[in-house]
Amino acid sequence: MSKIQIPLGPQHPALKEPENFMLVLDGEQIVDATVNLGYNHRGVEKAAENRNYIQDIYLIERICGICSHSHVSCYINAVEEIAKAEVPQRAKAIRTLVAELERVHSHLLWLGVAAFELGYDTLFMYTWRDREQVLDCLEMISGNRVHYGINTIGGVRRDITKEQAEEILKKIKFLHERTSYYVGVVTEEPTFLARTQNVGKLPKDVALELNAVGPTARASGVDIDVRRDEPYFIYDQLDFKVITHNTEDVFGRAVVRVLETIESYKMIEQILKNLPEGPISVKVPWKIGPGEAVFRYEAPRGEDIHYVKANGTEYPERVKVRAPTLANFQSIPYCLKNGYLADAIITIAAIDPCMSCTDRAVVYDYKTGKKEVFDWEGLRKYSIEFYKKKGVSFK
Amino acid sequence: MKLKDKIILWSRLKSPWIIHFNTGACNGCDIEIVDALTPKYDIERFGIVLKGTPRHADVMIVSGPLTRQQAKRFKRIYDQMPNPKFVLAVGTCACSGGVFDGCYSVVGGIDKVIPVSAYIPGCPARPEAIIDAVVKLITELEKNSKTVSKR
Repeated sequence: MSKIQIPLGPQHPALKEPENFMLVLDGEQIVDATVNLGYNHRGVEKAAENRNYIQDIYLIERICGICSHSHVSCYINAVEEIAKAEVPQRAKAIRTLVAELERVHSHLLWLGVAAFELGYDTLFMYTWRDREQVLDCLEMISGNRVHYGINTIGGVRRDITKEQAEEILKKIKFLHERTSYYVGVVTEEPTFLARTQNVGKLPKDVALELNAVGPTARASGVDIDVRRDEPYFIYDQLDFKVITHNTEDVFGRAVVRVLETIESYKMIEQILKNLPEGPISVKVPWKIGPGEAVFRYEAPRGEDIHYVKANGTEYPERVKVRAPTLANFQSIPYCLKNGYLADAIITIAAIDPCMSCTDRAVVYDYKTGKKEVFDWEGLRKYSIEFYKKKGVSFK
Repeated sequence: MKLKDKIILWSRLKSPWIIHFNTGACNGCDIEIVDALTPKYDIERFGIVLKGTPRHADVMIVSGPLTRQQAKRFKRIYDQMPNPKFVLAVGTCACSGGVFDGCYSVVGGIDKVIPVSAYIPGCPARPEAIIDAVVKLITELEKNSKTVSKR
């Protein structure tokens, strides 16, 4: 049988975000796969250079709606490192609390989406109903459901009262029970096992070679977690396990995420029971630097890296974002190869892709069919020229 | 109005089918749209069903600022929808470009490319706001259909 090439996306019922996969099929089997990105590229890094540090918090928060706190925390920690700001312990605890609540919300969301991709709509509806409890907690703490805006340079913007803490504990207890039930579903439900076991295999050595991060890597038996390896916030005072799994398939990734959610509940309880007293923020001057800093942060999807370069003004000279999905995307073509077309969607969904974090600029010339990837220097030149035409220039 | 048209209008009013399109959003609005479809908010009680293909849909729910890469494809998806069609712009980004307005890769609000029936501001728009917009759209259609049928 001759080989067929089919496109998947950018608009596809199973993909919630614009992305494109070119799959080469031999019958039902995928022999080759290419990932095409760029549909979601907005130019956040360039835009960050034209806004001051405080405005950047709200811009960077909108890199991604699911891991918004991760990106902001990562950026802010880099900025605070340059500014040499001493963040109060209570602020750090609140940041950790929001980070863990976010991880719970993200993992429950993923479980629902994965179940939906498998055609298991009951689990999808269950997890999304329970997820509302976390969103209620986040709304209570920060005032918003998705973009919390809790961080500010030098601390957090809102304090947590005793009543709020009790309310969160109550909701977490309920969620703990529900998630224990999902652990059962994920590990015992025959249909779930049949759809996920031995699908999208990513052996440990390949995962290491392709730089997989987060739950994707941990499901392949790679024992990495920034929270433990290089503790930030108050993670060094918390007692938690790093969940790894050795099945190296989609099933392992599901198990890692569900068990991680349970670890998060334990952490949230520990934080709320030992919330340190004191102020919630310190003053940081508007003008920061000169200096540069890199920060690593364990986002729900894996290791997020932000690089900030300051030049002594109130605008950053450069902000660079390496989102976890970009690292995990390298493994998708490998996972898809030799799999079946029917498994393609769950294999892609298993890394929990987040296109809005990831997208890079690729230029595609329709007339000649020539594809050109912008390198950093070329893109920089292009963007400077573009803004010059609009009347925005630094010279 | 012919009986056939009446039946089509009735079915359309009672169950508008929607398609969700992401023009470069941060996911915030997308998860709120899905939230509106799941048990807590449950817009399916208005007969609204999420469809996978534009050819089955009456209403397109769009989230996110329009990126250059998506603009052409977005127009194509819109053209594939059968008439009459309606577009809901969910979130500040879809309305005007929002925080990304002025970015080199962003065209702006979605109304630069296609006509929009309703704007839902908010970053992200809350599920309640999305439900409110959908209900308002249905009521508006009902009103219009009455005046049309009288003629």
